[in-house]
Order: sequence, then C-alpha cells, then structure tokens
Amino acid sequence: MKVELDINKEKHEVDVEPRMSLLDCLRDKLQLNGAHTGCEHGVCGACTVLVDGTAVRSCLMFAVQADGYAITTIEGLSPGPGELSILQDAFCETHGMQCGYCTPAMILAAQSLLSKNASPTRDEIVDAISGNICRCTGYAQIVEAIALAAERMRGQNQPQDASVTR
Amino acid sequence: MLAADDGARVIAGGQTLVPLMAMRLARPTRLIDIARIPGLSFVREQGASVVVGAATKQHVIETDPLIHAKVPLLAKVMPFVGHSATRARGTVGGSIANGDAAAEIVLVAVTLEATLTWRENGADQEMPAAEFFLGPMVTSLPLAACLKSVSFPVWQEPRVGVGFHEVNARQSDFAFVSAAAQLALDAEGLCTSATIGLGAATAVPMRLDAVADTLVGKGFDEAKVREATKAALADVEMLADLHASADYRRRVAVTMVVRAVADAYESARRP
Repeated sequence: MKVELDINKEKHEVDVEPRMSLLDCLRDKLQLNGAHTGCEHGVCGACTVLVDGTAVRSCLMFAVQADGYAITTIEGLSPGPGELSILQDAFCETHGMQCGYCTPAMILAAQSLLSKNASPTRDEIVDAISGNICRCTGYAQIVEAIALAAERMRGQNQPQDASVTR
Repeated sequence: MLAADDGARVIAGGQTLVPLMAMRLARPTRLIDIARIPGLSFVREQGASVVVGAATKQHVIETDPLIHAKVPLLAKVMPFVGHSATRARGTVGGSIANGDAAAEIVLVAVTLEATLTWRENGADQEMPAAEFFLGPMVTSLPLAACLKSVSFPVWQEPRVGVGFHEVNARQSDFAFVSAAAQLALDAEGLCTSATIGLGAATAVPMRLDAVADTLVGKGFDEAKVREATKAALADVEMLADLHASADYRRRVAVTMVVRAVADAYESARRP
C-alpha cells in the first residue's frame, strides 16, 4: 500500500503493508532510528513521535493512518547539522539521560508540552512525561532539563509554533 | 464491509485495540478506520443530555468547556484515562466499545447511566450502559455494528458535586480499583440524589445504588458510608490478578468509595 508521509517537513512516499506500525515504518523504511522500539504495546513510551505537534505513540499507530499528518521525530528537532535544539541542549546540560534509550521520546514529550504550555509547573512536567518510562535516571534530571529548557525558551521571547521544530 | 467479514473490526484511536493486536489477543482480518469521519467527532447538548461522538478524541473531552460545565464527572476522570500521548489518539467511543473493566470512561458511562447508540445495517439502536457491558472486554455491540455516540445525562440541580479516586501502579496506568460519585445537594447541604460507581474491581463496572440510597437526605458521614459500602461489597465477586488480590480490591474499594463520596460532597458545597 503506497502512502505519502510528511516527516520532519519532507514528503516521503513509502510502500508499506497495511499492518506496519508507524514506528516500524520510520525505522525500517526511512532509517529514522531515533524513535525507539521498547514494549511495542503502548506502555513504555520509547516510540513517542509528534503528530501535528502532539506526542503520540508510534507503535500504536499504523503507518497508513499517518497519511496527511505532520510527523516529527527526534531527527527533526535539530536546527541544523551538528546543532542541538534548546531542549536537547538542556538535556545534555543537566545530564537528563544515562543510557539514552528513553531520551528521544522524553524530549519529544517535553516538546509537545512546551509547545502548548510555555511555563509548566513541576507537576505539569511530571504529568507530561508520566507515560514515558526511564529505568536509569530516576527522572529528577529529566524534569530539571525540561524546566531549564522552558525557562530558556521563554527568554527567547518568540512564539513557539507546535509544528515548528527549531 | 463490517457485515461481510466477521473478522473485521472498527478502529478509531487504536489505543486499546492495537495493544491487544500486539499481544495477539485480537487478530482482526480487516481494520476499518473511522478516526477521520467528521460526523463521528462532536460534543453537543441535546435536551437534558450531552452527546459525544464515538470518534471524539479523549484529549478534546479533557478540555471541552461543555463537558466541564455539564458532565463534570467525565471531566474529572479524563486526566486518569491513559497518558497524554494516548489521549491524543484514543477516543471516547473506543474506550466504550472495547469495554475494558478498568476504563474510567466506561465507569462514568455506567455511573451516570449513559445511553449508547450504534448503527448496524443502516439502522440505529440504543442501549443503556448498564446492559451494554457484559464482561472484561465483552460488550453487547454486534459484530457488524459501529458505535456512533454516547449520551451522558446532565443533572439539572444547581449544586452538583463529583468525586473520583483510583489506585494504580503508575499515574494513569490501569486502575486496580476506581470509584466515582456524583451527587446533588439542597440549600442545607443535604443530599437530594446520588449515584456511585465502582470500576476495575469487578468484571464490569457496577453501580452501588444501595450505598447511594443511604446518602439521600443526609450530609456526609464517613462512618456510615464506609459501613454501607462494606455491606454492599460483602458478597460481590472481585477480580484478582498479579497486582491486586480479590481481598485487597474489596478492602481498597471501600476506601475509594468513601473518598469519592467525600469529594463529591465537598465540590457540591462550593458553587
């Protein structure tokens, strides 16, 4: 089944089986391996991507269902080659990761939150990443990273469009 | 297509069905995606009810002003329905049609006596929630039918309060026990009508009418609610699994009901 997907602002025509998940399509057809395969049944959150700027689980969505939506993966967050977005930079600075497996998904879940809420409280940050499991950090530095990024993004004094990934 | 193929299933958000497929508990031959049918996604007031289209996304309900004003119990449980990433895709009708005993939306439908409408072979049929849910993941929905909408009754009393509590392993994971209460108070703060529902503890969510009846005409009395709930649950068969035994569920259910009723009184007192 041919489907045209809008991923990180580029159109990709892919030929997928109807049963192929968006996650498998991103990884196996498009080599966008930043979306990680964890539990494959919607519990761990490692496969999180943005659909029209909102975090969703790519393992619970079939690739054919993604037709017509703007999909953003972690590869689409970087403003340029070798550069990091504010959120990615904040994760480095506060050491918001250890093994890194949950990190792309954590960053995208945070991106989804910050695009809708520029000044989240600690509880709102915790709620936003509550669907993403991390077995290393204990979450403290991840929450810290998101709060730091929120502060820096506010300092930027620019409107953040949900679909703009700078 | 649905009528022609017994193995065909309707998919909307896929947040219940796809995990079942991943675990090979569901093996549909064909999936019919209704997620983008505009006529199935709406929230509107109709007489003394608020009707929600089956394919309405859960995150829409979470912030919908009409739901907050008219069906506060539904608004109250929404943050507990999955995580924000699953509410972005999951639908109200999907939660109902799959009939998970632990689903908060199912509990609200049973507690408020919602009416479900489905379409089969070009004709609409309605059924009260109490008859719709038959067992864990088993409903009265015919194989060839597609759920269209859910109608939640709106309480007209000026002072309506709601409460909801649940126990789970991780915020927003499947509940082991959940309890919902909605009641109306008169000017003196005495209860004029009440409904209480218990979810996740039994094969299908159940209403605790015997407990709700004891509230009418009275203010909140924790000991009395506890006693009435204990009595009501004494002979009820509870679910048991790795996470929570039947005895644990029975014990915790009493506390969840007491807390939900306490919150309902409290929120009804505040206008």
